[in-house]
Amino acid sequence: MTTAGEILQASDRREVRREPGRVPLTLKIRRFNPELSADSWWDEFTVQADPFERLVEVLHELKWRHDGTLSFRRSCVHGVCGSDAMLINGRNALACKILVKEVEPRVTIEPIRGLPVLKDLIVDMDPFFDGYRTVLPYLVNDGGEPSEERRQSPEQRARYDDTTKCILCAACTTACPIFWGDDGYVGPAAIVNAHRFIFDSRDEAGRERLKILSEKTGVFRCRTTFNCTDACPRGIEVTKAIQEVKREILFERF
Amino acid sequence: MTTTHTYDAVIVGAGGAGLRAAIEASDRVRTAVISKLYPTRSHTGAAQGGMCAALGNVEEDYPEWHAFDTVKGGDYLVDQPAALLMTEEAVDAVYQLEHWGLPFNRTLDGKIDQRRFGGHTRNHGEAAVRRACYAADRTGHMILQTLYQQCVKRDVRFFNEFYCLDLLFEDDRVAGVVAYELANGELHVFRTSSVLFATGGYGRMFRVTSNAHALTGDGPAVAYRRGIPLEDMEFYQFHPTGLYRLGVLLSEAARGEGGIVRNAGGERFMERYAPTIKDLAPRDVVSRSIYQEIREGRGAGPNGDYVYLDLTHLDPAIIEEKLPDITEFARVYLQVEPTREPVPIQPTAHYAMGGIPTNVEGQVVMGPEETPVPGLYAAGECACVSVHGANRLGTNSLLDIVVFGRRGGAHMAEHAKDAGPPVLPDDAIGPTLAMLDGFLTRERRESPADIRRELQDTLFDEAFVVRTEESLTRAQDTLADLRDRYETLGVQDKGSIYNTDLMETVELGFLLDCADTLVAAARDRTESRGGHYREDHPLRDDANWLKHSLAYRKDGGGVRLDYKPVQMGPYIPMERKY
Repeated sequence: MTTAGEILQASDRREVRREPGRVPLTLKIRRFNPELSADSWWDEFTVQADPFERLVEVLHELKWRHDGTLSFRRSCVHGVCGSDAMLINGRNALACKILVKEVEPRVTIEPIRGLPVLKDLIVDMDPFFDGYRTVLPYLVNDGGEPSEERRQSPEQRARYDDTTKCILCAACTTACPIFWGDDGYVGPAAIVNAHRFIFDSRDEAGRERLKILSEKTGVFRCRTTFNCTDACPRGIEVTKAIQEVKREILFERF
Repeated sequence: MTTTHTYDAVIVGAGGAGLRAAIEASDRVRTAVISKLYPTRSHTGAAQGGMCAALGNVEEDYPEWHAFDTVKGGDYLVDQPAALLMTEEAVDAVYQLEHWGLPFNRTLDGKIDQRRFGGHTRNHGEAAVRRACYAADRTGHMILQTLYQQCVKRDVRFFNEFYCLDLLFEDDRVAGVVAYELANGELHVFRTSSVLFATGGYGRMFRVTSNAHALTGDGPAVAYRRGIPLEDMEFYQFHPTGLYRLGVLLSEAARGEGGIVRNAGGERFMERYAPTIKDLAPRDVVSRSIYQEIREGRGAGPNGDYVYLDLTHLDPAIIEEKLPDITEFARVYLQVEPTREPVPIQPTAHYAMGGIPTNVEGQVVMGPEETPVPGLYAAGECACVSVHGANRLGTNSLLDIVVFGRRGGAHMAEHAKDAGPPVLPDDAIGPTLAMLDGFLTRERRESPADIRRELQDTLFDEAFVVRTEESLTRAQDTLADLRDRYETLGVQDKGSIYNTDLMETVELGFLLDCADTLVAAARDRTESRGGHYREDHPLRDDANWLKHSLAYRKDGGGVRLDYKPVQMGPYIPMERKY
C-alpha cells in the first residue's frame, strides 16, 4: 500500500523531468489555397516547442506568429469535439492528442484523405456527414413513450457502449483504403453509428439499418485492414463493430 | 455578393440549447440553425459529469430539494421562480432524453443511475444526495449526440460554419441576422421575425480555461452592440479541478465518486473549509480554498502553484467504468496515471453565470422592468435566466440547456406564427461589411494573437478567483489600451476562402466586449458573492447588493451599469455554509 506522501514524491520527480525547456520541431505541412494556385505545395517551419505542448497549439503559434493564412479546424483541443483530424506522419490522428515529444524533431502534416481539400488542412466534411445520415442515426421506437424511463439492464447498456463514444471526427473513415477508392462506400464511422443503434435494446429499426448496410455501399466493402481501429482517437474497436454488423446481416439472411 | 434567406425562426448556435430549441421550433415553423462549427463540435460535448433531476431512482429526492440547493449554491442571486420551474421540469427533461435514446448508465434494475455532485444535498443540506443522471464522464457528449440525432431525424436545416456577426431590427422588433460564410467569405442576410442566441460562453478571455477556442461570447457581444444589456457578467465560475497549466476539465464527478483534493502535504484540506460535505462543496468554495492553500504555501510543484486531485484510493474498475475520459486526459496531457498517482490541478475558467437577460420563456428582456424584446430569444450559457445566480451548481448547465432550449424554441415558434415576416433595414450588411473591410484593408502591424494573449493574461491575473479594486482598475486600464490597438488591427490573410485569421480577429472583438462588461460590473460590486470574490470586500452584503447587474454599452464605447431586483421566493437568504 503506497501512502499519499510517496505518491506525491513520485509525481514531483516527473515534474522536474518535464521542465527541460523547449525542443526544436520542424513541421512539414501540405498547403493548398485555390485562390493562389490549383496545386498543393509543401511548407516547412521550424519552431522551438515545449515537449508537452499539443501539436494543434504549435499550429496555432505558426498561424499567429508566422503565417496567418495557415488554415485548419479546431475547437476544444482536448480530443472530444473531433474538429482537428489530420494525417500526421502518415497516420490519422487528432492534432490535439499528439504531443510535441511524440513527433519531434520532425513531423509531416497533411489533410485527411478521401475528402475534397478546400484549403490547407481543411476538407469538405459534407460527404462524410451524408454517409452518416444514410444509416438512420437516431433511435427509432414507435411504441409510445412511457411516463418514466424505458428500462435497460447494465448488460444491455454495455452491449453498445463502445460505439456511443464516436465524435464523428472522420479519422476512421478517411483512413480506410476502400473509402478512398470508392465513391459509394458509407465508411467505418457510419457503420459505427449504425452499430450504436442496432445493438441498443430500445431500438426497433435494426433490420432496416442492416438492410441498408447489406447493400453494395455497405459493410461488405470492408476488407478488414484495421486502419479504422488504429485511427480512432476514442479507442473504439471500429473493425470489431463492423464485423458484428456483418455477422448480424448474415444471421438475419438479408 | 450577398444572399438573403427568409425563415420563420433562426437559431444561432448548435450546442445543446440551440439543438433543443431547433427540435422544438422546427416541429412548428420553418427553422434554420446557423452555427460556426459543425453541430457535433459544439462544447456541450465536453461536459462530463451529469445532469441533475430528482428522479429518486437510488435514494429519496424531490425537485424542491434540488431547487433549494440551486438557490443556495447560487448564493441567493438566483431568481427563485425560475429555479423552482427548472428543477420541476428536470424530471421530464431527463425522461425525454432517455426516450430519444440517450445512453444513461443504469441501475441493476434497469433505471437511470444517479450519483453525487457538488452542492446537491438531501433535505436542504443534510448530506450529499445521488441526483446526477450520467453516462460515464461523457454526459455532455451523449446529450449533444442525442439532440443532433433528433435534428437529423427531423431534417433540420443547418448552415454550418456560418458566423453570426450582426442582429437586425425593424424599429424595436427583430428583423434578422447577418452571417459570414467561412467557406467562401460571403455575407448572408437571414430575414426572420424570431432569433434565438445559443452561442455558449466566453471562457477564452482567460489564460487558463476549460473552454474551447470557439467560446468567444459571440451572441452576447452582438446583442450588446445593438443595445441589449448583459446581466450579472461579474459572476464567472472558476472550476476547481482543471488539469494543471492546460485547464482541461476534470469532472466534479471524480469527487462525486469519492475523489479527494489534497495539498502538497497530502492533506485533505476541504475538511477545514467545508466540514459537512468537504470535497463536494460547490465550485466557488473549493476554488477559493485551493487559492488559499496555494497562497499560504501549501501548493505543490516547483512554483507551488497547484494542488492534487487524488483518485488512487478508488477501485480502478470504477475509475475505468465511470471516469474513463478524464483519466485519459491525465495520461495523455500530463503523463500521470490517476489510478496510482494524484493528478496536478488548478482552478480553470469554466462557466459564465451571466449573459443575455431572459425570462423563463427564453425571451430577452430589457431593463429593470424586464420588457421583452419582440422576437429576440436566448438560451444556454449565453443567457442569464437567472437560474445559476452567483455560482452555478455542477450539472445544472446541462439541465438549463434542455429546459430553456425547449421553452425558448417553443415560444419563438409561436411568436413567429403571430409576428409575420419583418421588413429588413436599408443596408442590412453595411456595418458588418465596414468592420470586415477594415481588417482586410489595413496592413498587419501586430498579431491579433498578441492582443488576445494580453487580454487572457490580464483577466487571469486581475479578475480571476480573487479580485480587488486595484486589480480590477488595472484590468480596466489594460482593456482600454487593448481596445485602441484592436481598432487598428489588420489581418494577414486577405482571402475569402476559410479565412480563419479574419474570424479569429472578429471573435477577439467579441471577447473584448464581454471582458469590458465583466470587469466593470466586478469593480462596481463591492461585496463577495458566489464566484465573485472581492478580497477588499470579503462578505456578502444583502442590504446593498442582493440585485442583478445590467451592463449597457455606452455610445462611443464604455460601460454603463444598472441594476434590477432578484426575484425572490420561498428561500430566505442565510449564511452559506457547507
